[in-house]
Amino acid sequence: MSILEVKDLAKCFGVTEVLKDISFSLAEGESLAIIGSSGSGKTTLLRCLNFLERPDKGYISVRDRVLYDSDAPASLSEKDIRKNRLHFGLVFQSFNLFPQYTALENVVLAKQLLFKEEPGYKKNKKAINEQIQAEGKALLDQVGLENKRDLYPHQLSGGQQQRVAIARALALNPDVLCFDEPTSALDPELTGEVLKVIRGLAQKNTTMVIVTHEMQFAYDVADKVLFMDDGLVVEYGTPQEVFDKPSNERTKRFLERYRNAEN
Amino acid sequence: MTFLEVTLRLLEGFKITCLIFALTLIFSLPLGLVISFGSMSKFSPLRYLVKVFVWIIRGVPLMLQVFIVFYVPGFLFGAPVSSRFNAVIVAFAINYACYFSEIYRGGIESISHGQFEAGQVLGMTKGQIFFKVILLQVIKRILPPMSNEVITLVKDSALARVIIVVEILKVAEELMSTNAIIWPLFYTGVFYLIFVGVLTLFFNYIEKKMEYFKV
Repeated sequence: MSILEVKDLAKCFGVTEVLKDISFSLAEGESLAIIGSSGSGKTTLLRCLNFLERPDKGYISVRDRVLYDSDAPASLSEKDIRKNRLHFGLVFQSFNLFPQYTALENVVLAKQLLFKEEPGYKKNKKAINEQIQAEGKALLDQVGLENKRDLYPHQLSGGQQQRVAIARALALNPDVLCFDEPTSALDPELTGEVLKVIRGLAQKNTTMVIVTHEMQFAYDVADKVLFMDDGLVVEYGTPQEVFDKPSNERTKRFLERYRNAEN
Repeated sequence: MTFLEVTLRLLEGFKITCLIFALTLIFSLPLGLVISFGSMSKFSPLRYLVKVFVWIIRGVPLMLQVFIVFYVPGFLFGAPVSSRFNAVIVAFAINYACYFSEIYRGGIESISHGQFEAGQVLGMTKGQIFFKVILLQVIKRILPPMSNEVITLVKDSALARVIIVVEILKVAEELMSTNAIIWPLFYTGVFYLIFVGVLTLFFNYIEKKMEYFKV
């Protein structure tokens, strides 16, 4: 039973076709690693899923709810788009924590704002806020930052900031958690702690889409791997299928380059 | 005239100076925000209209704008502005709002796009993103240029005397012509210096208050 369904997704920027025809589906609890050289459209794909970009064509559904369908065009209001976005979480390459808030405040802010819109909020204000705070603390514990709750982003290392960002994305219980090269902006010695957290999430069967350049990590953690090139899905399968016996020439060449670079 | 008498007279004028200062800020700080949103609008006719307006206001001497606000309604509609003081406030508020709007725009556009996007993917509304995420960062960024403008306003208030609003410098000029003494004119500098000194301390305090985070 697939939780995320993407069909025939296409997106142009001007005359450049960044996504040509992307289709894939993801089962609940699975993690999908998207690999490919820069400029292949990986980031744009994630941004389309999170409605930061609007696709030109295609279809996106989560849990059988259609979020976007170019064949049945309904003009999405800002409210609809906000609702759609809540199905997805996104962890950015450059963290994008809010600098004026502590780690814990970063994690709980969006949820607090969301609950303020609920009709029963005023009556149970205190209980709701305590609940949100407790959940936020638990999430920071989960990413190994129980001692850093009250620190501001600039007081944290890159790896710690990215772990806060992961906790922040988890706070809204998204159906699908997306990562956009979560370790690319980190010093090499800090990537391990972030990958460990993502690995932990995979073990807990969090549904994830991870754009990454960490091939070993993708091999170890992902249930499915998708190789993108030039806006197309070139190869799709289990890590063993894609990494060990790729069928497409382009995949072979890409992996070859990676192995050469690593050795 | 004794020193005390002059001081008391100047203090009366200084009250008007402070009033011009305070009222101009009260009106121009929010108005500047509205203008800055106009100058960043995706609707291009509005954007160009606002940009032309800002160009005119920043391109014409403030003194001339004070004259225009005071005299032009009378010429055009036969309804002269009844209060000289109000004319000064209107001219000053519009003028400073335009300068502020450009500072705001620079501040808002300097905030990394990732901050807006982080708010969006967390399901925040545009308003929430602006007020809960962006605004404080913008304030921190624009504090130095804003303190410059605000300090300039203290001294620009002296322009009100061109339509006989009796602020401190006008009082000193009157003392000069009626009592034939020039030193009160120089003495006004002390009032300005103290005022600007207090403002400087205030801005330093705010900057310190915002040191707890980095943008």
